[in-house]
Amino acid sequence: MTQPPPNNSAENTDRPDDLMGLSDGEYDAAVSSLGRTPNFTELGIFSVMWSEHCSYKSSKKWLKTLPVDGPQVICGPGENAGVVDIGDGRAAIFKMESHNHPSFIAPYQGAATGVGGIMRDVFTMGARPVANLNALRFGAPDHPRTRHIISGVVAGIGGYGNCMGVPTVGGEVNFHPSYNGNPLVNAMTVGIAPADRIFYSSAAGVDAPVVYVGSKTGRDGIHGATMASAEFDDDAEAKRPTVQVGDPFTEKLLLEACLELMATDAIIAIQDMGAAGLTSSSVEMASKGGVGFAINLDLVPRRETGMTAYDLMLSESQERMLMVLKPGREAEAQAIFEKWELDFAVIGRTDDSGHLRLSIGGELAADIPVAPLVDKAPEYDRPWTATPARPHIAPEDIDPPGVTPDLASCLLRLIGSPDACSRRWVWEQYDSMVMADTLSGPGGDAAVVRIHGTGSALAMTTDCTPRYVVADPETGGAQAVVEAWRNLTAVGATPLAITNNLNFGNPERPEIMGQLVGAVTGISAACKALDFPVVSGNVSLYNETVSGETGLAEAILPTPVIGAIGLIEASIKPLGLAICQPGLSLFVLGGPPPTNSGWLGASLFLRDIAEREDGAPPPLDLVNERRTGDFVRAEIAAKHITSCHDISDGGLLVAVAEMAMAGKVGAELAPPIDPEAGRQWPWAWAFGEDQGRYIVTVRDATKFEAAAKEANVSTWKLGKTGGDALTLFEEKLISLSDLVRAHETWFPALMDGETSQEH
Amino acid sequence: MQARIHITLKPEVLDPQGKAVLHALGGLGFGGIEDVRQGKTIDITLAETDRSVAEQDLIRMCETLLTNTVIENYEIEIDGI
Amino acid sequence: MSKAAVIVFPGSNCDRDVAIALESAFGHPPLMVWHAETALPQTDLVVVPGGFSYGDYLRAGAMAGFSPIMNEVVARARDGLPVLGICNGFQILTETGLLPGALMRNASLKFICRTVACRVEARDPFFSGIYTNGQILQLPIAHNEGNYFADDETIARLNGEDRVAFRYADINPNGSRENIAGIYNEARNVLGLMPHPERAADTNLEGTDGAPLFESMARALAK
Repeated sequence: MTQPPPNNSAENTDRPDDLMGLSDGEYDAAVSSLGRTPNFTELGIFSVMWSEHCSYKSSKKWLKTLPVDGPQVICGPGENAGVVDIGDGRAAIFKMESHNHPSFIAPYQGAATGVGGIMRDVFTMGARPVANLNALRFGAPDHPRTRHIISGVVAGIGGYGNCMGVPTVGGEVNFHPSYNGNPLVNAMTVGIAPADRIFYSSAAGVDAPVVYVGSKTGRDGIHGATMASAEFDDDAEAKRPTVQVGDPFTEKLLLEACLELMATDAIIAIQDMGAAGLTSSSVEMASKGGVGFAINLDLVPRRETGMTAYDLMLSESQERMLMVLKPGREAEAQAIFEKWELDFAVIGRTDDSGHLRLSIGGELAADIPVAPLVDKAPEYDRPWTATPARPHIAPEDIDPPGVTPDLASCLLRLIGSPDACSRRWVWEQYDSMVMADTLSGPGGDAAVVRIHGTGSALAMTTDCTPRYVVADPETGGAQAVVEAWRNLTAVGATPLAITNNLNFGNPERPEIMGQLVGAVTGISAACKALDFPVVSGNVSLYNETVSGETGLAEAILPTPVIGAIGLIEASIKPLGLAICQPGLSLFVLGGPPPTNSGWLGASLFLRDIAEREDGAPPPLDLVNERRTGDFVRAEIAAKHITSCHDISDGGLLVAVAEMAMAGKVGAELAPPIDPEAGRQWPWAWAFGEDQGRYIVTVRDATKFEAAAKEANVSTWKLGKTGGDALTLFEEKLISLSDLVRAHETWFPALMDGETSQEH
Repeated sequence: MQARIHITLKPEVLDPQGKAVLHALGGLGFGGIEDVRQGKTIDITLAETDRSVAEQDLIRMCETLLTNTVIENYEIEIDGI
Repeated sequence: MSKAAVIVFPGSNCDRDVAIALESAFGHPPLMVWHAETALPQTDLVVVPGGFSYGDYLRAGAMAGFSPIMNEVVARARDGLPVLGICNGFQILTETGLLPGALMRNASLKFICRTVACRVEARDPFFSGIYTNGQILQLPIAHNEGNYFADDETIARLNGEDRVAFRYADINPNGSRENIAGIYNEARNVLGLMPHPERAADTNLEGTDGAPLFESMARALAK
């Protein structure tokens, strides 16, 4: 097709000064796929489609190594979200996505629109969202911006999810100075749809109407996708105008209208307008279906005057969807959207040109062959260097922590520390119960939400331990998967699949790329060993801040967050971590055999008590991990276990304390260690973070031990439940009330007086 | 015709937002602030050209939808006056 | 057999939850009535559910109060039709004037979701015949504007006429005057409350302290 370059006068055929974030090589590739110089609008389209955010150009090579298949998988990565079979004719649709940069610039709106965006990804595939989770990382608690960012982010997440009527049931919060200028807001949504009515984004047919629904378009967030692919510098404040504003009320209407239309068979394809708005939605739908789109931009509903083709194509105004309908079904669809008081506009038609052709004011504004925008997107094999291995730290290598080396005060400090204290201040701002299906909300190992209309339930969790990942990306990446698997197991769920949200620094730095490669390698190995495929994901790179003082880029801790779901069959009663009664036997199972020692490298204890951030992280044994988890699940199903908690941050004693606080029942601990030898380095067995372990309470100790032996799972008796304190070898360690006070005090004290002015 | 409606909480109604702002300003070192009350502003563009008709309309808007007279007061400004 | 109807506004999001609780108490599902309707179906009880009607923009419940169906609800309530407003429904009922006072933003300026202790206050209440006076209920709350305000005279009347249905018994989660969590209108056929009894009507959820509210209504209306 020999189309004259639209809007292209002689003077701008030269290479423009501003390539909108494209490299010289990428610009040349755009020229060659177009056969001419792109005009301003076309360059904008190439720029966002080939941005890191949309093209995954630095990570794609490695993402391809992840396992994505399994008998439960209905749809793996590549669509708006992943889809897995959950029985009873239903499917779970879920994904996690980052909104890191916007949440730094405007915490409330950045987080709110992140939640709105991920919910659209899920309901655009036909699912009603049933739960939200979010994994948050903030800077040092005493950094001047941290409190402001926390209050805005938490209020924004609640503001959007609460209004939508989707419960926010779980997540995680960590603090570290590496997030001072780069907080992480990773939002996950889980939805449920009929398994035979999943909606995809592949357009089909010729002369089918291309329909725009939802809110009107403004100049919000223009070039947000490329912003998400750039490092921050000190003038991040100047980038504020590109932040989008969310309207959860409109999204609630959009959800109901879409589900109502989806109950008919009028839709051929549907895609939400997320990052890169109308550009990415139209390009993806056309490219997947191998069709062309002819769009008349004059028909796009807008709320500002004087918008150009560039503005309309690049706007990231929220709460909008693009659909291709079956020809002739427009009126039926329009009636539904008008009932819900939403804009509805047929803005174009599909054709067989294979091009995206945009017109405005009667003139052609862009004419781009669709295939190269997707297929010829750059893919880089970025140079990388492996993270050097850290030495193992033996407990005896750690100087007794200066302040107070006794177990009770260490436990009190850990349980009240930024990373291990209660997150009640956060999750009480989220409606965790709306929809009346939340069996277990925030605060447990995994949240549990009933699958409405069946007896079964979904368990869900998000996990990552960045201090392990920075120490050893491969082990840390694998550990994030394994911890998610363990958390699902601990509530009685059969793990189904994961979504990942890979947050890293600048991939053009080989040591950062090495972290990404290592983490993906570890995730892949763990997923394969556990039959736990990756069905969706998101990559957020360039999470770095250029320090105004040193001029050096400072990257976040590598943070590959895993979001995971599992199925709890109708016959299984979901388990919690609370010790529910006195007189039960406490067992530790899995992991290395009982010893006076314990793995302290890269532990929370080492960082927060000994004030050292070094050492190799605890190793994983994936075979043993799986055997232990399968045994735990079987024992839960057989109702032999009355409560269960995996041992993670802070090790064994923190885990027992959490179980005791949750159930308001204490524990008398008499672990099989030599009390005298144990006194030498008591913190090693108490706070070591050896992997693959769970603590359980059981009624029948003898039967349980026999079953564990039979299953070849190592187990040892930790003590029994009862009392209002934790005791060790009959000496009172600490009362539950002191624990609770320490646990619940830190967060409200940090946030005292800080309120988000946005609402 | 351009109208601006200022809505404030009645003086006897506690204003937690105003209190939070007062507290925050104090934290930033601004001294001598005796009280802060937070309200909202609604701008309305009217086709009406008769000021007294517009005023009557605006009063009715305030009394029905725009304010909750249990807790809020309002002031109407038309074309800056 | 008595019938219940649930009003659905754009932005309602507890409509399904309360419908389930009503179905369990009444033995059959309630009628769901879209806000744009102008007439109520034949019903013995109207429930105005929780959520964020019209996004709670302007003020919580303000715009829903002017929905076409609310004219009819207000008129019928004045004729004695029982009306229950939960959370956003309570806010809407105060905005329409069916209940006195107003629900302001929580004193903490934060949304709050937790289960709180509420004391049953009013004697001989129409709706809560199953509860005993002074009984403590554990009921979930989830709101941003639950801070009940009324002037001294109104509060005195509510107290004097025994129209405070529920008070927060342990902590006051939102700064409401006199720990008020729910009130009746003068004729006692309209009840508004901030807690969500429909979320505490299932043994697997937040207990069952909310279930008797619906059961007692079903029983009273069946007479």
